[in-house]
Amino acid sequence: MSPVRRTLITLLAAGLLAGGCANDPSEGGGSGGNTIKVGILHSLSGTMAISEVTVRDSELLAIDEVNAAGGVLGKKLEPVVEDGASDWPTFAEKAQKLINEDKVATTFGGWTSASRKAMLPVFERNKALLWYPVQYEGLESSPYIFYTGATTNQQIVPALDYLKQQGKKSVFLVGSDYVFPRTANKIIKAYAAANGMTISGEEYTPLGTTEYSTIVNKLGQAKPDVVFNTLNGDSNVAFFKQLRSAGFTAQTMPTVSVSVAEEEVTGIGPANVAGHLVAWNYYQTTEGTTNSTFVKAYKAKYGADKVTSDPMEAGYNAVKLWAAAAAKAGSVDVDAVKKAAGGISLDLPEGKVTIDGENQHVYKTARIGLIQPDGQIKEVWNSGAPIKPDPYLKGYAWAAGLS
Amino acid sequence: MLSPFRLDLLGKYLCYAIVAVGISLAWGRGGMLTLGQGVFFGLGGYAMGMHLKLQDGELPDFMSWSGVEELPLLWKPFANPVFALAMVIVLPVLVATLLGLLVFRQRVRGAYFAVLSQALAAAFVILLIGQQGLTGGTNGLTNFQYFFGLDLYEDADRRILYLVTALILGASYLSVRQLVRSRYGQLLVAIRDGEDRVRFLGYDPALVKTVAFAVSAGLAGIAGALFVPLVGLLSPANLGIVASLELLVGVAIGGRYSLAGAVAGALLFNYAKTIFSEQWPDGWLYVQGALFVAVMVWAPRGLAGLSHQFRDALSSRRKVEVQA
Repeated sequence: MSPVRRTLITLLAAGLLAGGCANDPSEGGGSGGNTIKVGILHSLSGTMAISEVTVRDSELLAIDEVNAAGGVLGKKLEPVVEDGASDWPTFAEKAQKLINEDKVATTFGGWTSASRKAMLPVFERNKALLWYPVQYEGLESSPYIFYTGATTNQQIVPALDYLKQQGKKSVFLVGSDYVFPRTANKIIKAYAAANGMTISGEEYTPLGTTEYSTIVNKLGQAKPDVVFNTLNGDSNVAFFKQLRSAGFTAQTMPTVSVSVAEEEVTGIGPANVAGHLVAWNYYQTTEGTTNSTFVKAYKAKYGADKVTSDPMEAGYNAVKLWAAAAAKAGSVDVDAVKKAAGGISLDLPEGKVTIDGENQHVYKTARIGLIQPDGQIKEVWNSGAPIKPDPYLKGYAWAAGLS
Repeated sequence: MLSPFRLDLLGKYLCYAIVAVGISLAWGRGGMLTLGQGVFFGLGGYAMGMHLKLQDGELPDFMSWSGVEELPLLWKPFANPVFALAMVIVLPVLVATLLGLLVFRQRVRGAYFAVLSQALAAAFVILLIGQQGLTGGTNGLTNFQYFFGLDLYEDADRRILYLVTALILGASYLSVRQLVRSRYGQLLVAIRDGEDRVRFLGYDPALVKTVAFAVSAGLAGIAGALFVPLVGLLSPANLGIVASLELLVGVAIGGRYSLAGAVAGALLFNYAKTIFSEQWPDGWLYVQGALFVAVMVWAPRGLAGLSHQFRDALSSRRKVEVQA
């Protein structure tokens, strides 16, 4: 045994040394040479891959467009893509790698709240920038993160306003068991208490659950006016199929979902979910030439059968907004970009998007949509103008006890 | 010299290697295929994480998001560093001992034990996620800056942490090697190879196996506690079924019958995982899976077992020649 062990240990030492040399951090550099490296960090494997791959694709499209228009400060952008593998520590590890080894100027990435919370200390520690493109539960405002997805007062609160306006009195909460649904439901309960609505039930299932007959039964007994659905990922497929096979329709058991977009509708099957409501800030059908150009460019690059959705659009926006901020700052330096970013306003697929320099979120128009039998989503209501981001819900008296 | 980033990664691999030492004892020597080592890793890790979260004297951030306003009773003692350090080892050892005594007395072994330990990992994850206000839910515990006086934002301090981890790995390796070479170690192997025979000799196999299982759990706990400051977070994703399997796969690749093989396997497996995922972010899982299958097909005893295999192959050929 002992010669074997010695060989192994020698091999190991040699391997580790080789590893150290192969990854010499001296090369590269965010703004050195003729290109500027930017990081893209999404889950390309694991349960979140189905959603996050599409965001990576739209970010790469935006980078192509920026490069075609001459790049940033006369230099082309060079994306460095890493896989977060649906695993939160991996996100932290890869973020560190992008910052230290690739020396990227900025990073676009993340989807789940857990991945963002895992990356946050890494970006803060290294004073590097992250652009996070997904609607989330609010109550956060890191100086080193720009949030291009909706915070709660741009998605959940408008959805509740809409339901109240429609005369819905009782709400049943169904969600996946993690931080976004639990925080979202806490906000919904506070809103309901202040607005004369009742909560007729609250149910959580682990991520990836596909058995919903118990919950569908409970829904049948509680007979709520509306179901507020914060399920994530595959679970939506099972939930809507079982809801339908239990005999419920969008008329007898209406739902409003905050994590079901065009991509998910395709997965669920439009027939199973047509007539139900969703709340977002962007739909593929959103009117405007900027959006039709975006949809056309996306289909041209990735295939005519592909759909565009809210998180993809927010990822696309993140690249455009960063490029505009860097151009305005005349540098890709993090502090300079942060300083220049406030007030930048661009015409993007969802309409006019402005960066709030104070909390580094963006102004967004809230939109309620109705799922169509062809899988597209038709807007039935919007907030009229972009809503100022308020991640801590400071402007809402009923939310005083939340943060 | 490794860059600070690579050194951090190496530190993380060393944590997995400490777990591997324990798995090699329980599985390689004791024949207990434990698919739930993540539970013990997690118990140690959360004990440490809870202490680090309490160092600044404020309510942990995730509690205020989850609507918990006062520090829960369960958390209070973890503010004491001595208590937290003790719990890093006591909690996993206690759980493993109770489980071991219960299960091994009932003569549950082989695949049944493997399934049971895996179920434990699944249940533990569901429990952690469900108690968001108490455990941080899916996000787990994140955002630590200080570790017993070390500033984790400083590269020099992180190097010290790395050295501590390396020393602990060395110490665990040496002590388990002593254990394996002792009379106890021989007894453990004897039970693995013929439990009933050893029982008829008057020994209590359940007790012997429980000790090995508890030692492996204690090592996993220590590794978990070091993982928290090294990586900077601990979440249920690190302890679930897949994470527990990955702990085992490294040992299988290196060779479970050899302690050094298990350590090398854990280091190599995790290093390969990093390198593959950096080189082929789209398809690295396939490469990793293919390599694992290749090792299992051509070297079922792992890399450290290759020389054994070679010797066996040689001697069987010689036998054939003699017969001819």
